[in-house]
Amino acid sequence: MSLELRNVGWNAGFKKIISDVSLHVTRGEFLGVIGPNGSGKTSMMSVLGGIRAPSTGQALLGDQPMKKIGRRNLARHIGFVEQQADTIDRITVRDAVALGRTPYLSLLTPWSGHDDAIVCEALASVEMGPFADRMWHTLSGGEKQRVHIARALAQQPDFLLLDEPTNHLDIHHQLGLLELVRALPVTVVAALHDLNHAAMFCDRIAMMNGGKLIALGTPEQILTSQNLHDVFGVAADIEIDDQGRCHIRYHAGNQKSSAIKKTGLRNPVF
Amino acid sequence: MFETTPVQQPVQPPRQSLAGRAYLARAGVSLGALVLLVGVIAMAAAKGETHIPLGTVFQTIANHLWQAGYDVDPIDAGIIWNYRISRAMVAAACGASLALSGAVLQALLRNSLADPYLLGISAGASTGAVSVAILGFGAGMVSLSLGAFVGALVAFGFVALLAIPAGRGAGAIILAGVAGSQLFNALTSFIVTKAATADEARGVMFWLLGNLSGVRWPDVYLALPVAVIGLLVCLWYSRALDAFTFGVESAASLGVPVRRVYVVLIAIAASMTAVMVSIVGSIGFVGLVIPHAARFFVGTRHGFLLPASALIGAVFLVAADIVSRIILDGQVLPIGVITALIGAPAFAIILCHGRVLR
Repeated sequence: MSLELRNVGWNAGFKKIISDVSLHVTRGEFLGVIGPNGSGKTSMMSVLGGIRAPSTGQALLGDQPMKKIGRRNLARHIGFVEQQADTIDRITVRDAVALGRTPYLSLLTPWSGHDDAIVCEALASVEMGPFADRMWHTLSGGEKQRVHIARALAQQPDFLLLDEPTNHLDIHHQLGLLELVRALPVTVVAALHDLNHAAMFCDRIAMMNGGKLIALGTPEQILTSQNLHDVFGVAADIEIDDQGRCHIRYHAGNQKSSAIKKTGLRNPVF
Repeated sequence: MFETTPVQQPVQPPRQSLAGRAYLARAGVSLGALVLLVGVIAMAAAKGETHIPLGTVFQTIANHLWQAGYDVDPIDAGIIWNYRISRAMVAAACGASLALSGAVLQALLRNSLADPYLLGISAGASTGAVSVAILGFGAGMVSLSLGAFVGALVAFGFVALLAIPAGRGAGAIILAGVAGSQLFNALTSFIVTKAATADEARGVMFWLLGNLSGVRWPDVYLALPVAVIGLLVCLWYSRALDAFTFGVESAASLGVPVRRVYVVLIAIAASMTAVMVSIVGSIGFVGLVIPHAARFFVGTRHGFLLPASALIGAVFLVAADIVSRIILDGQVLPIGVITALIGAPAFAIILCHGRVLR
C-alpha cells in the first residue's frame, strides 16, 4: 500500500493554495512536512488524507485514485488528526476513540466486542488507558491530542497523518507526543512547526514554500543554513552531532549567519 | 494495518461492551417515554371542556381499532375520536418532528442554538400564511396550510441559495438562515401592517404562535407518516451524525460522505418542519430545547438521542396542548405560549440538575 501525490494542485475558490506537488510516502517512515505559515502544509495534508479532492493532478492510495476508492474505504487506510478539533458535547474518552470505528460499522456490522478491543488497544498505545472513562472536557491539551491520535489509530490505518500535532503543548508534552508517535507501528506524515523536532524525529522532510514542495530529503539534506534562510528568512547554524542528527541554533535578528556551514545540499534531489 | 502494539499500561476493559454499556438504562428511558406518550395521548383525549373518564377513552379506541363493541356514548366517542385523539396524534407527530429536526441541525451545524426555524422555515411559512389569509393569494382555492407550506419551501430555497455561494459551511448556513428569516419576517410584518384588519391581524398572530384547534384525521395521515419516515432516515444516519462530534473535517476523515449527509439531512429536517408548521403554525421552543433535555437523559450518541428527542418532543407537545386547553376556562391559549411558559422553567431545572450530576 502506497500513498502518493502526483502533480497535485488545490484551489480555494479561484485562489491557488498549492500547485504541482508530487510526493511519495514510503512505507514505515516518519515524514515531516515543514514550511512557513501559509505555505500550504495543511492543504497538502488534507489532499494527502483524502479529505479534499485535488483540483489538478492525482492523489493515489495503492496506485488507485482516491476518488475511486471512496471515502469509507479511504478511512480504513488513512487516519487523520487535524490541527485543532474540539467539541462541546459531553462525551467520554472511550466514546471519542470509538468514533474511529465509524468506517467499519454499518447496520449489518454493528458494534461488537472486537471493536471494544481495538478501542482499548488504541487507548493503550497512546498511554491513555486509565483515562478511558474520563469526560472529554476534563482533559488537558496534550491528553486531548493523544485521544485524537487514539481515535485515528482505532481506524487501523496504514498511514497516520498529523497536522501540527504539538501545537499548544508545552515542551515536555511536545517531545512526549512525538516520541510516542514515532514508536507507533504505522507510517506517519506530520506537519511540524518546530524544525528541531523535525530534525529529531523525521526520517525524511518535505519542505514547502509558497504552495510548492521545494525540497524533499533527509533532515541533513533539508535543514541547511541556506534553506532556512531562503525559506524561513532566519539566520541559523546547523550542527551535526555524533549520531548524525542535526541541531539548529537560531540567531537573533534576521541576518544571515556569518558561519554558514556548507554541510547540506541547497536543493536536494527528490 | 497497525498490528497489536505492546500494551504499556493496563487498560480497564469497558464495564460492559460499548454497545451494551448503559444500554438497558437508555432503552428503559425510551420505553418509559413511549409508555408516557400513550398515557399522555389518553389524557389528552380525556381532558378538556367536557371531562371524559379514561376508561371511556380506552373503550372508544378499542371500538375503533378492533371493533370491540363497548357501549360508549356516541357524543363522547365522537369528541374522543374525531377531535381529541386526532389532535393529540398531530401534536405528537409535530413535537417529535421539531425535536428531531433540532437535534439533527444541532449536530450537523455544531451549534447548540440551532433549531428547525434557523433555516427560515417558520418565517417563510408565516409569509405564505399571511399572503393567503390577508392578501387573498389563490383566491380561496389555496388553504392557509398550503400557503404556509409553499412559503416555507420558498424561504428554505432562498436560504440554501444564499448559503451555497457563501461557502456551504455551518457558519454560512446559520448566517444565511438568519438573513432569510429576517427578510421573510419583515415581509410578514409589512403585509400585516399594510393590509390586515385588527381581527385578521389577531387571527394571524394566533396562528403564528401555534394552533391545533382545526386539526382532524386527514392531518394525522399527513403528519404521522412524515414524522415516522423522518425518524427512520435520521436514524439511518445516526453514526454519521456521531462522526460530526469533532467537526466536518474530522467527520470526512472518518469516512463520512459529508456533503451527501448535509444535503439529505437538512432537506429532511426542512421538509418535516415545513409540513408541521403548515399544519399547526410555528411552535417555538420544542426544536431548540428538547434535544438538549434529551441529551441530559440519554447522552450524545445519536442512536439513542434521536429516538429519545422524538419521544420527549412528542410527549411534551401533547402535554402542552392539554394545558393550553384547560388552563383558561372557555379559552384556548396558543400552544407556543405554553411550550415556552412551561418549557423554559422545566429546562432550567434540568440544566441545574444536570450540573449537579456532573
